[in-house]
Order: sequence, then C-alpha cells, then structure tokens
Amino acid sequence: MKRRLRDVSVLTVRNLVHIRREPLQLSDVTVQPVLFTLLFAYVFGAGIVLPHHGSYNSFAIAGLLALNLTTSSMGTAVGLSTDLSSGVIDRFRSLPLWRPSVLVGRSLADLLTAMLCTTIVALCGLAIGWRPDRGVLHTVAGFAVFLLFSYAVSWYCACLGILSKGPESAQGLGLIVLFPLAFVSNAMVPTQHMPSVLRFIADWNPVSAVTSAARQLWGNPNPSATIGAWPMQHPVTASLVWSVALLVVFAPLAALLYTRRTTD
Amino acid sequence: MAATIEAHGLRKRFGATVALDGLDLAVPAGSILGMLGPNGAGKSTAVRILTTLATPDAGTATVAGHDVVREADAVRRSIGVTAQDATVDDILSGRQNLVMVGRLSGRRRRDAHARARELLAQFELTDAGDRMVKEYSGGMRRRLDLAAGLVTRPPVLFLDEPTTGLDPTSRVGMWNVIRDLVADGTTLLLTTQYLDEADELADRIVVIDHGRAISEGTAAELKSQTGGARLEVTLTEAHANAASTLAPYVTGAIHPSHDGLRLRAPVRSESGLATRIVRALDDAGITVDDVQVHQPSLDDVFFALTGHAAELSTGEEAEA
Repeated sequence: MKRRLRDVSVLTVRNLVHIRREPLQLSDVTVQPVLFTLLFAYVFGAGIVLPHHGSYNSFAIAGLLALNLTTSSMGTAVGLSTDLSSGVIDRFRSLPLWRPSVLVGRSLADLLTAMLCTTIVALCGLAIGWRPDRGVLHTVAGFAVFLLFSYAVSWYCACLGILSKGPESAQGLGLIVLFPLAFVSNAMVPTQHMPSVLRFIADWNPVSAVTSAARQLWGNPNPSATIGAWPMQHPVTASLVWSVALLVVFAPLAALLYTRRTTD
Repeated sequence: MAATIEAHGLRKRFGATVALDGLDLAVPAGSILGMLGPNGAGKSTAVRILTTLATPDAGTATVAGHDVVREADAVRRSIGVTAQDATVDDILSGRQNLVMVGRLSGRRRRDAHARARELLAQFELTDAGDRMVKEYSGGMRRRLDLAAGLVTRPPVLFLDEPTTGLDPTSRVGMWNVIRDLVADGTTLLLTTQYLDEADELADRIVVIDHGRAISEGTAAELKSQTGGARLEVTLTEAHANAASTLAPYVTGAIHPSHDGLRLRAPVRSESGLATRIVRALDDAGITVDDVQVHQPSLDDVFFALTGHAAELSTGEEAEA
C-alpha cells in the first residue's frame, strides 16, 4: 500500500511539473478563467436578463466554474496521450511500479490543477461582486460538488486520451466532446428560452446539475429551480449521482483501455 | 549453470509481419552479447520481450532466473533498460528524471537524490543536470537514458542500439562508458546494426536476420566463417606478368582493375605473406606502390551469412 501511494505521488508531482512548464496547459487553468469571467460578466452579462432581476454576475460564477473545469479537463486527455505516444511510457513500464499509478497520478494532478482553477475563478468572482451567502459549510459543499464532478470527468477524458492517436487528436476529440457538454447547459444562460430539444438536453446535462447544485448551495440566483426536470429539482443529489456514475463507468474503462494500449 | 538471459523459441508477429521466428538466446552471467542485425531483423522486439514490454506469441524466456511473462515484476527489479527511442521525460530536468526513476524503483528520496548526483557526474551531465531534457543534445540524451537504466545498479542490462544516431565522438564516448559498466560484472545484451560496435564491445555475437539467429560465436569465429582475408596490390604501372606472379600466393581468382594497376584476390592470412608477395613481385621486375592484406570485417561476415549487406538493407518496420 505504501509503495502504491509513493508511486502515485511521484507521478502526480511529475505531472504537476509538466503542467507548470507547459504554457498552454497552465494558461487553461489560470489565464482562461480570468478571461472567461471578464468576457461573460461584462460582454454577455450586459445583454442577458435573468428572471426575477437576479444579478448576472452572481449567477455567472457557478457557470464559469463549470465551463472552466469541464474544458480544462481536456488536459487529462492531452497529457495522457502525450505520455502514451512518447518513449517515457516504456520507461514507466520497465520499472516495477504499481500499474494503475500512471492513470491515478494523472487524475490526481488534474484534480490539483482543478483546485487552482477553482481558486482563481472564485477570486475573480469575489472581485466582480459574487458572494456565497449560506455559510462556510454550504460554500465548501458547493466547491466539493464541482471538484468531484471534475475528477469524474477527468476519467472520461483519460479514456479519450488513451483512445486517441496522439496529443493533437486528443485535443481535437476533447474539444468536440467537451464544448457542447459545457455550453449546452444552464452554465451561462437560463435554459428557459432554449428550443425545446436543446432545453431537454440542457436540463439533463450533468453540467447543469452541478451548476444548479452550486447555485443552490451558495444561495446564488438559480433560474433552473423552477424547471420540472428531476435533476433541476434535486441538483445536489443529481450531481452526486452523475459524478459517481461517471467514475464507476470510466475509471475501470480507462484502466482496461490503458492495459490494452500498453500490451503488445 | 543457467544463463542470466535465456530465450527459447521466441515467436512474435505483428499482423502479417513476423518479427521473431523462433529466436534462441543464452547470455552467461557477466558477459556481453552483441545482437547484430539490420533494421527490422527483430532485435528490438526481442529486447522488448526480454524487458517485459511485450509478450511473446510462443516460446519462453527468463532473465536473472525469472520468467519474463509470469514473473514480470521480479524481472523488472533486476534489469536496466535503455531503449532505442529515448525513454526519458523531456519536460523534466536530467536530475528530476533520475530521481523519479529512483523513487519509482523503491529508493528513498534521499537515496534517489544521492544516486542521481552520482550518475550525473559519471555521465558528465552535472552541469546540465538542472536543465530540461528538451534542451539536451542527442548524445546527452542517450547518456541520460543510459544513466536512467543504471539507477538501481541492475545486474542485467539491455541496451537497444545505444549509439544509433550519435556522431562519431559521442559514439566512442558511449563505448567507453559501456566498457566500464561491464568491468564490474554486469550481464549485458546489446543490439546494434553497426558491425564494428559489436566487434568492439561484445564477448559473443549473435547475428539475427528475419527474426532468428543465423549464427553465433566470438567475433574471430564469425570472421573465420568467411574463409579468409583479401589481398589488394597497387602497382606503379601495369605489368603483363603481375597476375601470374601473384598466382601461387592466392586462394582464388585474381581480379585486375580496368587500368591493370590494382589487383584483388582472396588469400589465406598468414604471417609474412605481404613480405613474400612484395619480394616475388620485385624479383619479377614489377614495382609496387602498395600491398594490403585485409582481415575480413564483420560486414563481410554478415554478407556471407545473409547474402545481403547489413547497412544497405532497410527491412520493414517490424519493430514498432
């Protein structure tokens, strides 16, 4: 057990060094959140009117977190795919280390970067007037819901990374899958005015459940609360169910795909 | 006593390509086996199987007494590997690479750092130790890769084409490093497509082609298989009696050049041969600029064994 923890922690640290030294990956979790916050708060926010005259900035922060965490989880796919297409994976495989530690180390490094991203978004939020006002416990719970979801999505991205031929195709694949997931949701706009098919997708999108859960826990404007769809009525439960389901499906699948990809 | 590296009837195919076709190997403890063959002969596949990176379709292999398939982890604990593609992490520094390998091999943090420092010094990388590997030259990268394979002081070492792509100076430097390694009893399997490299480093050489061993022996034994040396005589001016004068000393047909200035023929290498040839030509009134008796090179051996030249052969990419 101790050896496994050590293998995982060594590889986690190694991945963090990578992220720190790769400008593109680092900007995904540092510059992008700031950019998105300013863009949505001042460009889009000016034109979007919430039901019941809620503050768009207070509404937007949970959505921005969802947006940033979902799109930056592409880093998992790109990083893993880079490792798998370079010789370093042979080095790992010729060492007596715990096999899954390559995957676990990757997902933990991405969880830690997600925390950095979350901190930056929260600080941006505080700067533009966002306030969580249901106490410390609820505030922390809101962040926890996001991080759990982000961790679960990173296992899904791990599968994408293992399946793709190289870092470029991992990036492409991630873009195609993650952007609709992030945007066809209640993250940046209320779903009430979407066309009915899109609205149905958005209301059942896990990203919407997580965003709604955080808005509820933080006491922010949450127009989705009036929507009848089950996940919008029980957003916290729904987001936990989604996260656990993603983990249960994609973590073992990633392990299987990894074993298959590294066996010849 | 069983050999440290042993393989019996290894077979491996990738789709339609047969990479290994019943390879047998035995490397006694503390010796260097040079595995010689052109691109696509199956060398890398053999190394990948012996280092647990690939599983054979058929056949068995043991390294340091452990089965490479059933006891892969035990094998991994006894070996060091330097693969053909650099297996170091570009984004980390040289030092971070070595420390990481040390930690993943079970060393404590402090031991891993101490060993990294030692290896950086041994491979003349101390100054570059804290730079990203991305900025290293090809030779530095290879040295680091070799160092990474040595972190645990493994008793068995695999080097897959350790000097491919290096400039001549780095190549000789690498040879010296490898020689030092085996001086302290490491068992080494080395693959190469350079015949002089096998000649230079290996105790025994196994020549492989199309996935199987076609010959094995010491460099001298292999050379003797080509049946002798080559004589090359350069005359000052062409002479009608030159060929007939040489005839008693050679073992086959004499091939004169177009201008009649140069004559080539196979000879049996023996001491004083060149002297006697010069004297005979002199006695016949033929003046000589140059007489050379070439010992057969391993290139000649390879040609004699396989019917094709080692360096010209490209082969399919069977070693992916």
